[in-house]
Amino acid sequence: MKSHLRKWTKWMLCLAALMLVAGTILPAMAADEPKPGDNAASAAAAPAAPAAAPAPVPDPTGANSGTISDTIGAAVNAPTDNDIKMYGKSEPLALKLGAVIGHNRVAINMVWTLVCGFLVMYMQVGFAMVETGFTRAKNASHTMAMNIMIYIVGILAYWLIGFALQMGGGGGNAGLGGGGVLNGEFVVKLFGKDFGLFGTKGFCLGENVYDTAVFTLFLFNMVFMDTAATIPTGAMAERWKFSAFMVYGFAMAGIIYPLYANWVWGGGWLSQLGNNFGLGHGHVDFAGSSVVHMTGGVCALVGAWVLGPRLGKYNNDGTANAIPGHHIPMAVVGTLILAFGWFGFNPGSTLAGTDLRIAVVAVNTMLASAAGGLSGAIYMWIKYGKPDLSMSCNGLLAGLVAITAPCAFVTAPAAVLIGLVAGALCCFSVFFLDRKIRVDDPVGAVAVHGANGAWGVLALGLFADGKYGDGFNGVKGTVTGLLYGDASQFFAQVIGMVTNIVFVAIASFITFKIIDLIIGMRVSEEVEMVGLDQHEVAVEAYPDFNTRKTSL
Amino acid sequence: MKKIEAIIKPFKLDEVKKALTEAGVTGMTVSEVKGFGRQKGHSEVYRGAEYVVDFIPKIKIEAAVNAELVPAVVERILTAARTGKIGDGKIFVFDLEEVIRIRTGERGKEAL
Repeated sequence: MKSHLRKWTKWMLCLAALMLVAGTILPAMAADEPKPGDNAASAAAAPAAPAAAPAPVPDPTGANSGTISDTIGAAVNAPTDNDIKMYGKSEPLALKLGAVIGHNRVAINMVWTLVCGFLVMYMQVGFAMVETGFTRAKNASHTMAMNIMIYIVGILAYWLIGFALQMGGGGGNAGLGGGGVLNGEFVVKLFGKDFGLFGTKGFCLGENVYDTAVFTLFLFNMVFMDTAATIPTGAMAERWKFSAFMVYGFAMAGIIYPLYANWVWGGGWLSQLGNNFGLGHGHVDFAGSSVVHMTGGVCALVGAWVLGPRLGKYNNDGTANAIPGHHIPMAVVGTLILAFGWFGFNPGSTLAGTDLRIAVVAVNTMLASAAGGLSGAIYMWIKYGKPDLSMSCNGLLAGLVAITAPCAFVTAPAAVLIGLVAGALCCFSVFFLDRKIRVDDPVGAVAVHGANGAWGVLALGLFADGKYGDGFNGVKGTVTGLLYGDASQFFAQVIGMVTNIVFVAIASFITFKIIDLIIGMRVSEEVEMVGLDQHEVAVEAYPDFNTRKTSL
Repeated sequence: MKKIEAIIKPFKLDEVKKALTEAGVTGMTVSEVKGFGRQKGHSEVYRGAEYVVDFIPKIKIEAAVNAELVPAVVERILTAARTGKIGDGKIFVFDLEEVIRIRTGERGKEAL
């Protein structure tokens, strides 16, 4: 016991020291190489930055964020650059008021983005409840522990390196008042084109990125990363060693997620497929069907496969046994909390409350969730005679995952269709996994997030109606799908999807195998039988249900 | 003195309790139990996979009564707990050697 304690103390001290060192050295290193990066528009379709300014300066209070130039192009009758030059001299007060209006626009966008980020953070509650509800009582504390620890570990790992790798070269976001200090992208030249691989500024949110827009982007992107990182905890529940899970948390939040996210949202190579190769607007993923959900889903598939099925899941003849979850009402509440949080996830991804497309995004999100839940229920009703509640929950979430990429670009009927397909695809995937390839996923995470993440990005390539997304990823014109005449957009979506599967599968496999070699991935058979609560986290979820002595 | 042990369907507890008190039973102990009889459990479906619930939740009522009360008590349990469907439960009657009230130390019928 004592040596155990000493070992852990040593580890924790090492970790703290590492963070301290990294916190001081990494930002300084990044500051030494001010490399002009890729300043193209970042994830959201924010208005393009006005004429190139001198080297960007961080704005720690936000007082200098938002100028009169932020009013240019804000609405149909907004002033143009010329108007400001022409009338500015004769109407100095108007110029000053214009600056305030610009500041207020940035403030609206920032408040919107932050509040939506808070909603997405609340999705952690949903995930914790869904995953715990679908697992057994003897592992309830362990499942909950993974869900809170991924939040804790995720924030710190993302602060340490993840954010810089993801957004360090994204050029910030003009609608949030700048953040142009994020201008370092590591680029390789291939076929005479730039392939952005990862960002190099923003480690530990140091001095050189001490800026309100950057911090807003950090919070918003951090909670998205955490959504991806918490998905595998469901698929790998009830048998994953807690220490192994902690190491995974650092790897996912610090490296695996940020790299793919950089390629799509941080100005990396997938986002530039349009600029460089004429493929639509590059790989477009509005709120993260691929970046967030597929990444989580593919990692969950690899993880559940590496871990192997829970004891007693499969009989000798290969048939699957049901292992019912212990608290279905908890899972239903969690599902509804997730659906609520999704109103931050999707509409928030405009990063701009002044972008009124948020109304369309929110309604599409709502419609797809309903369609997904309905088709999930009906699929089960027809096939098994009852509208299985757990699959209705999964179907609803599947609809949400699938609409996450296309939510800003499709019509309402298309959103319903995307949701209907998603619910059925989810059920099909659950059974395919469970019965055909025999990967044990207690909560259906791979089916919900993996399969439907892929469907989501493809659906965008099919159904984008060409009404929105002018200038997205630096490509002129609106985002248009195959059925509306732009086959190249669909092709870009396929490339993004295949890249995600290949990269995330390989990266997670290597991560899990290394962890397995060093500390082992799976708990012992005995621990699994007794329950992970007692052995792995030392607290039972429901001690009162056992006979015990009570004192008055 | 006799001890009556009845295994009944959980939702029948209130009716049986009422019937017993009306018959003059002054106290009882109730526990949530699980078990099976000839029915051998039943099957349920979770996420498309069928599984058998071997032990079905039941309520066990235990009551100590005067021997002369037994026929009336059994009769009342039969009417109150019966649905006519499979799984209605069973009644067991035992001889009871001794009853002691802990607070006062009274023994036998006095303690009932």
